[in-house]
Amino acid sequence: MIVEVQELTRRFGPLVAVDRVSLQIAAGETFALIGPNGAGKSTLMKMLTTMLPPSSGRAVVAGYDVARQPQQVRAHIGYVPQLLSADGDLTGYENMLLSARLYLISGRERAAKIAQALDMMGLTAAKDRLVKTYSGGMARRLEIAQSTLHRPAVLFMDEPTVGLDPRGRRAVWDHVKTLKAEIGAAVVFSTHYMDEAEAVCDRVALINGGRLVALGTPEELRSAQGPEATLDDVFAALTGARIVQGEAAA
Amino acid sequence: MTGAVSVGRVGPFDRLGRYLTQVAAVADAEVVKLRHDPIELVSRAVQPVLWLLLFGQVMGRVRGFSAGGRYIDFLAPGVLAQSVLFVAIFYGLSAIWERDLGVLHRYLVSPAPRSALVIGKALASSVRGLSQSLVIYVCAALANVALSFDLAHVLGVIAFIVLASALFSTFSLIVACIVKTRERFMGIGQFLTMPIFFASNAIYPISIMPGWLRMISRANPLSYEVDGLRSLMLSGGVNQFGLTTDYLTLVAATVVLIIIATRMYPRLTQ
Repeated sequence: MIVEVQELTRRFGPLVAVDRVSLQIAAGETFALIGPNGAGKSTLMKMLTTMLPPSSGRAVVAGYDVARQPQQVRAHIGYVPQLLSADGDLTGYENMLLSARLYLISGRERAAKIAQALDMMGLTAAKDRLVKTYSGGMARRLEIAQSTLHRPAVLFMDEPTVGLDPRGRRAVWDHVKTLKAEIGAAVVFSTHYMDEAEAVCDRVALINGGRLVALGTPEELRSAQGPEATLDDVFAALTGARIVQGEAAA
Repeated sequence: MTGAVSVGRVGPFDRLGRYLTQVAAVADAEVVKLRHDPIELVSRAVQPVLWLLLFGQVMGRVRGFSAGGRYIDFLAPGVLAQSVLFVAIFYGLSAIWERDLGVLHRYLVSPAPRSALVIGKALASSVRGLSQSLVIYVCAALANVALSFDLAHVLGVIAFIVLASALFSTFSLIVACIVKTRERFMGIGQFLTMPIFFASNAIYPISIMPGWLRMISRANPLSYEVDGLRSLMLSGGVNQFGLTTDYLTLVAATVVLIIIATRMYPRLTQ
């Protein structure tokens, strides 16, 4: 297992943002965390990427404990946060160079690896433009390229396609698919787009109120609710709430 | 199989090389940004010019203000130190800004040690401080300040500017980690700069201060920076505490602040 989570909990004062979550993710798997805003998806992901220390419980990512060996964990994962983490005042290439150096890609390999990664994400033509001139989808693809230059064992993405138009979303996922075939990393992402989760992932975890409410392949979860059910129906049946709150899931 | 970076089991020499690569990556990104947008450097030069050309000319007519010598010569190192302070002290604001944008995550999720990130940011501030110094040297030359261009002196000034920029920008970073929001930082930033500036020997000698202020001034790192600069920036300049004391005081303060900031920096995203 590339990610092993046991009873992981995070409290903020009286609020329990993530409540005793346990799950396992296999190497190379594509895994979605689904739930409404405030369900605890981001908090869970922040703990798995060592950005936030757990209050209790344990998580091992790529063979390293997130609380005790955070630096080792960071060397073996990629993380695309929800906010735009590429620097708008640098060009695409300069952003890549920054990541290459932070991830200690050797000077000899740097140029070739950056060129290859930009090419794989379809950004070669835009590499010398400032990132603030990029579309949302292009910036996301650049961030994915930055996060995978060191060939991580797990790529975490927090709401990678939120705010993108359908074309931008499709481009992001097409490129992630190509990338996965190339480097074989597990991909763990959070989303509240149901169709997206069903289309791309091997298994999903439904999360509500900080708790894991269901875990399985999309087919497994749907089959429990009848042939016509969507993942949103599954979620509603389990929690009495809808994930998609007035926002178009198209 | 993945080819991820290994962070353990390497020799100390490799380890240092990797560490410096990461420090340089952070500092370099900042320098590149400065190159993309150099206007900022020019706009920041306005205030020190006013100090040198207006304040300096008028106050130079007041007797007893400069401990002998010409007041403009006394003032120039103070203005240099002050303008470097003013640039560095708002560094925390850009850290908060980077947090709000999301850019900070890019740094914090990398395997670079936190201290490398903090030192990289401090050095980036030093680069800004140095480019600011260049502008002030030009102004000072125009104001007929008795500048020294002796190589050893110039290198000494560079060392002091690098250290002081690192010191005050790291201090600012710590404040940012405590207050966490832009609004609060703006208020506090103003509140911090003025006391640091006025409770120092930047624009008047410590000897004319009342006793209580003299004590504060002796504990203020800015006083040691100005004191060092007075003997290095001017030909025939003199200092009060001694260059070694000045330098070691700044080094010690910087190291302590970097250690504190290293612990606090990751909390900015939590």
